[in-house]
This record gives sequence, structure tokens and C-alpha cells, in this order.
Amino acid sequence: MRIWIEGGKSMNNTLYKITKEPINVEEVTNKVVRREAGAVTTFIGTVREFTKGKRTLYLEYDAYVSMAEKKLAQIGEEIAEKWPEAKTAIIHRIGRLEISEAAVVIAVSTPHRKDAYAANEYAIERIKQIVPIWKKEHWEDGEMWIGNQLETKQYLTGRPEEEDLK
Amino acid sequence: MITVLFFAHLQEMAGTDRIILHENELTVTDLKEKLSNDHGIINLDQIMFAINEEYAVDKDVVKAGDTVALIPPVSGG
Repeated sequence: MRIWIEGGKSMNNTLYKITKEPINVEEVTNKVVRREAGAVTTFIGTVREFTKGKRTLYLEYDAYVSMAEKKLAQIGEEIAEKWPEAKTAIIHRIGRLEISEAAVVIAVSTPHRKDAYAANEYAIERIKQIVPIWKKEHWEDGEMWIGNQLETKQYLTGRPEEEDLK
Repeated sequence: MITVLFFAHLQEMAGTDRIILHENELTVTDLKEKLSNDHGIINLDQIMFAINEEYAVDKDVVKAGDTVALIPPVSGG
């Protein structure tokens, strides 16, 4: 049994969304393109075939969709606080994904390029901290839900510090 | 009644995506104890809890009508 709580499905202009469909990268970037922007950075997280020599056949992502969309929006708010002129859109896909398919696309636009790069990296790091999405690796010889992959002290304890979550 | 949601490996451990508890009020700590004693959901040290879609700490109180989710270390991106 799997929970598929529908979220953000009806609005094409939603900036923070979990989807079961393949992600259209240009559609995501278009959400942040505007006249004030001089830079748009796009990060595409794709399914990697080999991790530490082990071959992945495909990945399966699951999410607590309603909370995940809330947390993506929270990341957008955090970016707006740190880089007030930034506009952010984040789409994360769930379900079965094949090698090289896009799992997440983050687009950030800012007046100048430096902020667009920094804010975009901030977004992916935060996704790996606070957004309730999980991936299951399917290998030739088995499968496993993957836990925290952040090589940071704070989350190796298994829980983000309280201030990371607010 | 309190709804408890399971994801990822916990969903497989529980054999279901949710259970309903007939409780009026208990802390997250109490809930952890209940889940491991009565439902065999063990090794919860690494698991975050969310109450109504916000992360919670052990001393937070869950009330009737709340939805609690067990959040294993996340691996999105």
C-alpha cells in the first residue's frame, strides 16, 4: 500500500510541486524568468547508474506529498529572505525513475549570476535536509530504501537540529 | 483518534501505510513507546516525527485529530 496524496496537480503555475510525471525542464525555468532577472540557474538532479561501483537499475521515489510541498515552499521563503531579489521554482518527481531521468529540477532567477548560483545550491542542500522524500535503490541483487546521504554532522545524528526545521 | 503515517522502510516494517490510534493526548516520546511495544515499529532513534506536517520534538504533545508522520532520514534530490 502506498500513499499518493495528490498535491499541486491542478495549477501549472505552482512554484513548488511534487509530481508523478516526467519533469519538463524548460517549464520550470519559465516559472522564474522575468524582466528583472539577469541570470537563471537550473539544477537538474538525475538518476545515476553507478554509486561506489554498484549498478543501479532504476530508482523509486516516495514522498509525504502534502508536507513535502510545504517544505519546498519553506525553502523558497528561506531563499527569499537570504536573497530578496531571487525567485525560485522547485519540482521533484516521485514514482519509478530510469537512469538519467530528472528527479528534481530547481530554477532560480536573480538580477546577477552569483546569487542565482548560491541560492540554487542552498535549495538542493535544504531539500536533502528537510523535505520528506525517500528513494529506493533497485540493484541487480536487491533493493533498499536509502537514508540520509548528507555528509554533514548535524544530520548524521539522524535528526536535523531544531533551528534547521523551523 | 490519532492517525499515524508510515513511509519508506517503515511502511514495509508496519505492513501498512497508516494506523489509527484511539488516544486523546500523548507526547511523542509516549507515542514512540507505544509504536514499538504494541506495533513492532522499532529502531526509532533515527526517525523524525511530524505532527500535522511540521517537525516535532519528543516533548511535543499529539492530540486527538492530529496526523503524525514518521519521517525516516530523507533522501530526495
